[in-house]
Amino acid sequence: MSSFVSQFKTLAGEKTRDLRHRQVIRTALRSYEVVRDKRKAAFQSWEFARQAAAETKWEAVNHLDTHLEALVAKLEARGTKVHWASTGAQACAIIAQILRDQKAHSIIKSKAMTSEEIHLNHALEQEGFTVVESDLGEFIVQLRHEPPYHIVFPSMHLTRGEIQDLFQKELGDAPSDSPEELTMVARRVMRQKYLTADVGFTGANFAIAETGMISITENEGNARLTAALPKTMITLLGIEKILPRFADLALFLPMLATAGAGQPMTCYNTMYSGPRQPGECDGPEAWHVVLLDNRRTELLADAEQRDALHCIRCGACLNVCPIFRNVGGHTYGTTYSGPVGSVITPHLRGLQDWKHLSNASSLCGACTEACPVKIDLHHHLLQNRRNASVSEPAFFERLAYKLFSIVANEPKFWSLAKKLGWLTQPLQKAVKGSALDPAKAWTKTRDLPPMPKESFKDWWRNRK
Amino acid sequence: MSEREKILGRIREALKVKAPRPGSHGDPLVQAAAEPPVSHARDWLPSVGASVEEQFAMFARNAADLKAEFQLFAGRDELRAALVSLCAAEKWRRIASHGGELTDFACQAIGLPVTLTDRGYDVQAMEKCDAGITECDALIAQTGGVVVNSRGAGGRALSVLPPHHVVIARREQLVADLPAAFARLQSKYAPDFPSMISFITGPSRTGDIERILVLGAHGPKKLTILCL
Repeated sequence: MSSFVSQFKTLAGEKTRDLRHRQVIRTALRSYEVVRDKRKAAFQSWEFARQAAAETKWEAVNHLDTHLEALVAKLEARGTKVHWASTGAQACAIIAQILRDQKAHSIIKSKAMTSEEIHLNHALEQEGFTVVESDLGEFIVQLRHEPPYHIVFPSMHLTRGEIQDLFQKELGDAPSDSPEELTMVARRVMRQKYLTADVGFTGANFAIAETGMISITENEGNARLTAALPKTMITLLGIEKILPRFADLALFLPMLATAGAGQPMTCYNTMYSGPRQPGECDGPEAWHVVLLDNRRTELLADAEQRDALHCIRCGACLNVCPIFRNVGGHTYGTTYSGPVGSVITPHLRGLQDWKHLSNASSLCGACTEACPVKIDLHHHLLQNRRNASVSEPAFFERLAYKLFSIVANEPKFWSLAKKLGWLTQPLQKAVKGSALDPAKAWTKTRDLPPMPKESFKDWWRNRK
Repeated sequence: MSEREKILGRIREALKVKAPRPGSHGDPLVQAAAEPPVSHARDWLPSVGASVEEQFAMFARNAADLKAEFQLFAGRDELRAALVSLCAAEKWRRIASHGGELTDFACQAIGLPVTLTDRGYDVQAMEKCDAGITECDALIAQTGGVVVNSRGAGGRALSVLPPHHVVIARREQLVADLPAAFARLQSKYAPDFPSMISFITGPSRTGDIERILVLGAHGPKKLTILCL
């Protein structure tokens, strides 16, 4: 068993037994469902909108090369410096080099899951730079030295009391446990950072090929400030974030807001098409856009699961997933958790190490139904299971199925097996759930159904 | 070979195998419609009334849901009076704004010292202002939000740095829905877009602590939209 599997199993066991954790998550997600359903109902047709969104992303991803070239040409024409990175390490190196060239000391960052994916903060801190997360949730988990719990709500696993204690300890300022006052503490701390930061770092939600723009969606205004005040701006963009046309945003922005947080529109949706232009009074003098592959092209090469690149990272599939709701975000041990994380992580980090995530699913299909761009998530989980067993079949599984086929194909063996099963049943009771029990994963918390003394076949034969 | 060529090469190699179009159920003969998939977005997004009155009513409702202030005025005298009372009620001492027909009128009405952004400004000074007053590109009835840009609304920071963002708009700037807003931006600016275009839908907010709504996370705690 790889260390990733055993870590997942251990944490999943701990978290599902932690009733306080479960309560916090359920309360948070229950209110999400209520507002999301209200917003979905406001659409004249959510289903048609989903279909159009799926077709638009299909067009974008299946012509990715031409769209990327168009985007880059437009960006460069207005003075943006574009960098290409095949791996996370390359992206980190490019960004570190930009910081060194700028003689930068402090970097203010708005929320970017791509930067979590490539462990950018760690890489930059090793080089001696100070990185401050400005999104409130990210700021909180950064103070706790832990990764975001959820791709949209990074600190949803924490209570206000825990955040008050954290602020008291780390910032020496936490007047009460009121979310309002705690938010204001973070606002004050961050304002000072904004006024002194040399470089602003952002992620991206969409990239528009037609007009050469990066679109950033946020509620707090931190990305707006990040792109306004520091004299250098860096944006890390996963290559799959492409949309073909400017007008596509008219559909994607409200859909992202609705699916992600049950809002009609996220508070700030901002399109950037260059650094400060002639005649403008502020904004960065230089803007660097780093395009990140990091094995997205491997997922692209899998035509069956290519639509996983349609993902707009709204988090809707996490919110409705019965597994996520019980095991929690950190248990996955991945940057992207929940159903979409279980689908793409094996492509991004290796199938054999991460195939267990595809088994942590009830295949209920709630994720597929919630997805605003109609990614066939639960079928992709099945395909991952198939691919994993084809590429490296487990010896014991193969042996078990071989034996089963011998027994099931021969009536004599089958009836013998039935008798043996009935006879050895009391033995199973003695070892039930212990290390000696071959079925302990199932029987630890459940009873096997008792085997009848007489099988149906015997009863039929002896019925008169 | 550069990284650019390597990445584009991998993409082209990957795309040699075709993926089925959504909704085609694997049938390669299903072709896309000639027009882009989102061209009918208007028929699927939340519905908006046809008349201007209905659209203003919807804008007002949506803005109220977002906890933004919205007022519609019959004339400049009413706007002046509203600005004066807003300034008194909030005890403003200093404001930030940019040159523009409506903003000039507003700054004059308020009569306080103004940090103007047009020829560059001191960030520390703007941070100490009580309100940022800007014009906008559009009001969107469907969302209750406004659209500002870096060229016509005093740069990138003015609408997010001060604690209160006041938008002065004209009635003609109201558009029905998001597709109309994007069409207006495209016809007004393409291909020379301002370097930043921002759709602002309500005052800055966060729900990162127990999913409880708090206004003024990083940007303005208050958003006031005054429309002539």
